[in-house]
Amino acid sequence: MTRFAAGDRVQVLALCKEGHVRIPHYIRHQTGCVTEYCGTYLNPEDLAVGKTSGPAVDLYRVAFAQRQLWPDDVIPAQDTLVIEIYDHWLTPAQETDHAP
Amino acid sequence: MPHDHEHGEHEALIIEDEAGNIQAQVVVDALQRVLTAKGLLTAREVTAAIAKLESPGLHLGAKIIAKAWSDPEFKERLMADGRAAVQELDIPVTEARIIVVENTAQVHNLITCTLCSCYPRSILGQPPSWYISKAYRARSVREPCRVLEEFGLDLPRDMKLVVHDSNADMRYLVLPEPPLDFENHAASDLEAMISRDHLIGVARDVA
Repeated sequence: MTRFAAGDRVQVLALCKEGHVRIPHYIRHQTGCVTEYCGTYLNPEDLAVGKTSGPAVDLYRVAFAQRQLWPDDVIPAQDTLVIEIYDHWLTPAQETDHAP
Repeated sequence: MPHDHEHGEHEALIIEDEAGNIQAQVVVDALQRVLTAKGLLTAREVTAAIAKLESPGLHLGAKIIAKAWSDPEFKERLMADGRAAVQELDIPVTEARIIVVENTAQVHNLITCTLCSCYPRSILGQPPSWYISKAYRARSVREPCRVLEEFGLDLPRDMKLVVHDSNADMRYLVLPEPPLDFENHAASDLEAMISRDHLIGVARDVA
């Protein structure tokens, strides 16, 4: 049983992790919508320091409105960015101001 | 002459000294000499590994796309599980998963890797140098429409642009729209019309 499913609104955490972190800064704190569960993968943060025994972590693809990521730009409302986020970087979104 | 720009602007992909030695290559050569001397590696194994790295390429990607256009059942399998469908064509895929994203009359897809240079290498070979550049990696998410304009692609403003940042374990291929008269073309003709840029999404119309 995964923590999230397609359609769930999620927020990307800003974990203060150093080293080989695969969650770029531009997406941290942002709120988006899970589009797909990708399966479990060894955590690259562990692999980079030679820990190859796991545990494997859940990976999701999450879509974000480009307009929300870059609020100073004129961007068509329909444009999106989709990025892969590991489970431990996600939390359920707190917002209430979106359409169901 | 004083420096009036940041060094990051022209950071070289490969650093050579004045004699033309590439820093990393010097280290690799030394390691190879040691391993060869100890009998752990042969020159033949090294050249075979290089040949294997360089053997995939656009021809494999084009084969996948042309097959998807002409065989709706294959296309369905390709969209559901890209890795398994690509392997049906005897293309050995080393990536964990291949996600195929389809261009339609309303949607255009663009692939990037903002953190490094993730790319479906076992299918398309090595990425073009611009794909690895810091400029493309930053601008493809920050101002993708302007990047596409520079590639000569002006998207209609009502078309949805989806940028895929391949930052983790997935690798991506764009499935372009087929040319209108694709049924009149042999598979080999279709394959010749497909470019690497179509599969990354910096080009759109196949003609």
